[in-house]
Order: sequence, then structure tokens, then C-alpha cells
Amino acid sequence: MIEIRNVSKAYGAGKSRFLALDDVSVTIRENEFFTLLGPSGCGKTTLLRTIAGFVDPTDGSVSMNGEDLLKLPPHSRPVNTVFQSYALFPHLTVRQNIAFGLEMLGKPKAEITRTVDDMMALVQMTAMADRQTGQISGGQQQRVALARALAPKPKVLLLDEPLSALDFKLRKDMQIELKRLQTETGITFVFVTHDQEEALTMSDRVAVMKAGSIRQIGSPRDIYDRPAERFVADFIGDTNFIPVEVSQIAGTVAQIKLPSGKMIEARAVEGATGGASTLAVRPEHATLGIAQDALMAGTLKNIVYFGTDTHYHVDLDGADSFVVRAQNTPGNKLDFSVGDAVGITFPPQVGQVLRD
Amino acid sequence: MAKAFDVRKQWGFTTIAIICFVTLYLPVILLVIYSFNAGSSVAIWEGVSLRWYRSAWENTQVQEATIRSLVIALWASGISTSAAVLAALATTRVRPFKGYSAVFAAINQPLMVPEIVTAVALLIFFAGIKVQTGYTGLAYIIIAHAAFCIPFAYLPIRARLTGMDLSLEQAAADLYATPFQVFRRITLPQLWPGILAGAMLAFVISLDDVVITEFVKSAGQDTLPTYMLGQLRRNITPEVNAISTVLLGISVTMVIAFFFVSRIKK
Repeated sequence: MIEIRNVSKAYGAGKSRFLALDDVSVTIRENEFFTLLGPSGCGKTTLLRTIAGFVDPTDGSVSMNGEDLLKLPPHSRPVNTVFQSYALFPHLTVRQNIAFGLEMLGKPKAEITRTVDDMMALVQMTAMADRQTGQISGGQQQRVALARALAPKPKVLLLDEPLSALDFKLRKDMQIELKRLQTETGITFVFVTHDQEEALTMSDRVAVMKAGSIRQIGSPRDIYDRPAERFVADFIGDTNFIPVEVSQIAGTVAQIKLPSGKMIEARAVEGATGGASTLAVRPEHATLGIAQDALMAGTLKNIVYFGTDTHYHVDLDGADSFVVRAQNTPGNKLDFSVGDAVGITFPPQVGQVLRD
Repeated sequence: MAKAFDVRKQWGFTTIAIICFVTLYLPVILLVIYSFNAGSSVAIWEGVSLRWYRSAWENTQVQEATIRSLVIALWASGISTSAAVLAALATTRVRPFKGYSAVFAAINQPLMVPEIVTAVALLIFFAGIKVQTGYTGLAYIIIAHAAFCIPFAYLPIRARLTGMDLSLEQAAADLYATPFQVFRRITLPQLWPGILAGAMLAFVISLDDVVITEFVKSAGQDTLPTYMLGQLRRNITPEVNAISTVLLGISVTMVIAFFFVSRIKK
């Protein structure tokens, strides 16, 4: 278990002072696949490097199972890192790279050989054992970097955007592979990415970061279905934002008035207040129909076909535009053309009232 | 359409370039040619011969000076390269600190201070030590050479260090390597082309130094260049050309090797 308490990291001084981490607190649980998600420059890598020991926080504490990590130099911390650039040692072979950590720990030769063989089998690199790292492909380098970091059996594996250099197909395969490895080894993974899909498909929990602070922590489903604020809703997936009036809040249920004047129940995050607010509705949670009896009416502006689904862009009467996404299942053919008057409907408690 | 500016088309460019190259290389070419002269003049050609190479080879003074030069150059390049490695590590593997530029300038001081000033300073300094200790060996020349060779060894090593991927050293530290193990197992294996290049450069610089050596040496401690300087004061024979040609060959070989070594990929 990693406890990060009130960690801040400032670079520069005076006017050029910049907070890469701004009072971050988070607890990463044992055997968890934990993802730090955010746009570039949000501090996710800085937080990872703080755990690894390459960044000294200006403030706060980092401990693992009660032990203060900040007192330990990087080589004494029971964590290993998969670097974004892989950082494979170019003068060593695949086997020597994977053996490096075990050698530094002073493990007996026989054990090193056995573990390295196991690791190479695990990442399917046995055939490449004696290659130089410059002679293998990017995907293979990635697997060697993974095996090298896993070989010393760390309590926590830190992964810094390890899949970003891979092409689409390979990345999909590695996502599944990584998840499988995590489940099999039982090691806690702390994974850094800017790819929201990667975060949603692999993680047990996701922390969404922005400008040095964590904006929301939750399961992928929580983050996607119940975004706490506009940034989170916008960063993860596509969202429609509608200006609404909150007339009443009871627990997590809010009564809201849509721009069309219709009332509906919506979910509210903690801290949401009455009055003018913003409602977030996912495009696939809304349905398109005739204008009569719909929650909101408008004109169909554009139809974009995506193969698996179709996006209907609607200009709402007197307000912004709204996108409805419909799955292209057999028989599910919406009979509308551009210019038609249409209506948009979504069930109660599907929309989310945001904090700001 | 206006023609793009082309420096080769500018008036006089070609002429100036030719003058420069002729001034640079013609005297050297003549020196090499006359080293093969059969006669005993450095200006009148009398046919091809290896006579002066043989004469230099058999000259005991030349033999002693050559051995002395090589001993000094080996020691000086060894000492200066070791110091340069430490200096390069200290100026590339630490956080930026106040006075960094001052340290950098101090390391490269021999490149900026006029050599004659260093020579006079060392002469006076060592004279004091000689009087106190009575020691008059080669160590004075070796120490002086090592000192002014440091920047020449330092610059290629530093260039190599700054070009190195820092995440490799971090990865090693992450895999439980202590700072010394990181240096031994990761930094050094990648640094050696820089170290070799620095050592070779220092060797060449030491081998051909005249000014400082002339001031610091005691009687009977001629190196090859100071021996040649002494010869020029008497009667000049093509023997000096022959020695110069060999020195030139060594320097050119080392510099070419330096060029290739410093380009070795990581």
C-alpha cells in the first residue's frame, strides 16, 4: 500500500515558480491496477517519479506499508519502473538486461538464470535472449523493459506511458497482456497514461489529474458515468454539456430544469449546489426521436457514420448543439435526414450535474 | 526569380580560399618532401634517399628524446584523462549550482591563459620546489603537461556524457544499482569512446608541446620538440625534416583515430 500525503513539487522560484504537483493525496492499494490519467504536463509522470525516487517533493510524505519512502534513495526502494523510452542498456543483451536487477540484489547465479528464463518465457522473448537490444523491434524492447522491471519481483511496478511508442494493433495486444501479467503476478501496478481508453480498459481505479492535482479518483465506470466536474467529463469520452437550473438536491439526486423548460431527475456529485449549473449527458445515453414529447427539440444538422455507430448532430432550439450516438445494430435504423425537426430524450438519473 | 545567395559566387572567395590553403599546407608539404633529400640542405634538392631517417634513427640524442617524449605524453594523458573524467562527471551529473560557469571556466583555464604566462609561472614555482627538495626528475614536466592537457581531455568526455541518455542511469538505479555500480556497469561502458578520444587528444597535445617544456625542463631533459628547436639553432639538416615528418604522421593518425572514436555509437 502506497500512501501519498499532501505532496507538492515546485520548480523554479519567484515569478517563474511552477507547481508540478499541488497538494496531492492518494492511497494506492495492494494488488491494484492504478492509473494516473491526464493531459501532458498535468504532473502524472512527476508523481510516478516521486514514488520511484527521481523527484524530491517540496512538501508532503510518501510511504509504503508504513515505511517512509522519501528517506530511501532510488536504489533502495522496493519498486521498479518501466520507462517511457524503455531505457534498455544498449551494451547488454536481452538476457543481461533482464538479469541486471537480480545481479544488483546479489541473488545466487542459479536463481538469476532461472528467474530470467521464466521472465523471458512470460514475455515471449526466449528466442531473442542473446540479441543486442538495438537488434529487436519496438514491441520487443517494450516486453524486455517489462521483464527487466518484473524480474526482481518488486512490490510495486511503475509504468510511465509504456505503450505510447507502439502502433495501434500492438498496443491493443499489450493492454490485454499487461492486465494479464498484473493479475497473474499480483504486483501493484501504477500506470501513467494520457490515453483515456487505455485507462478505462485496464485499470481497477483511475485518478484523473489536471494542473498538478488529482481531480477525481474512482473505478473506470465511476469516472465515466459519474464525472465530478467538467474537465473530467470532457477529458474522458465525449460529453454533451447543457446549461440547467437545479431546483432541488436530495442526496445524490437533483431536480433540474432543462433549457426547454422540462423537468427531469439527474444525478448530482457531492458538493453540487442549486441554481445555474451544467448537466453532462453522454451521447450514447440519449436517444433520437420525433420532437413531440421529447425532452428537448431541435434540428438535425449532420449525420456522421462511424461503422459501429452513427453520430447525429442536433442544433437545439435556443441553445447549443447536442450529439446523439446510436449503435448500428441490425434493425436499428433511424429514419431521419438532415434538416428534420427531431427530439432528444434520456432517462431520469442518467445526466450528471457537475460541480462547476 | 532572384538567385539564392551563394558564397562561392562572391568575388574573391575562391582566391582567398586558395591562398589560405596554400599558406597552410605548402610549407608542410615542402618539409615532408625535403625529409627525403639525399643532400644535406633543406633547400636544394639532390635526389631521393632515406638517409636522414636512418640518421635520426641512429642518433642517440633523438632516441632518448623520443623515449622521454613518449613517457611524458603517456603519463600526462593518463593523469589528465582521469582528472577530466572526474571533472566531467562533476559538471554533468549534479544539479545546476551557483558558480557552475566559474567552475567550467576554471577547468578550461589552460585554453585561455597565454601559454608563455603559464610557462613562466611554472618555472618560478618549480624552481622553488627544486631548491627545497633537490628533486630534478621528469615529474615536473609530467605535472605541467597533465595540467594543460586537462581541458583537451575534458571536452570530448563531457560531450559524450551530456549526449548520454540519463534515463539509462536512472533505470540502473531503479534496478538496485548503487551510484558506484551505476557508474561501473552503465556509465563507463558507454563513456569509453569519449575517454579514449580525450586521452588521444591529450597525448598529441603533450607530445608536441614546446613552450612549457622549454621553461620547465632541467638540463638533459630534452623532449623531441625541444631537441628539434635546439638543432635549428645550429646547422639545419634534413634530419629535422625527417623527425618532423614522423611526428606529423603520429599526430595525423591520432587525430583521425580521435575523429572516428568520438563518433562511435553508444
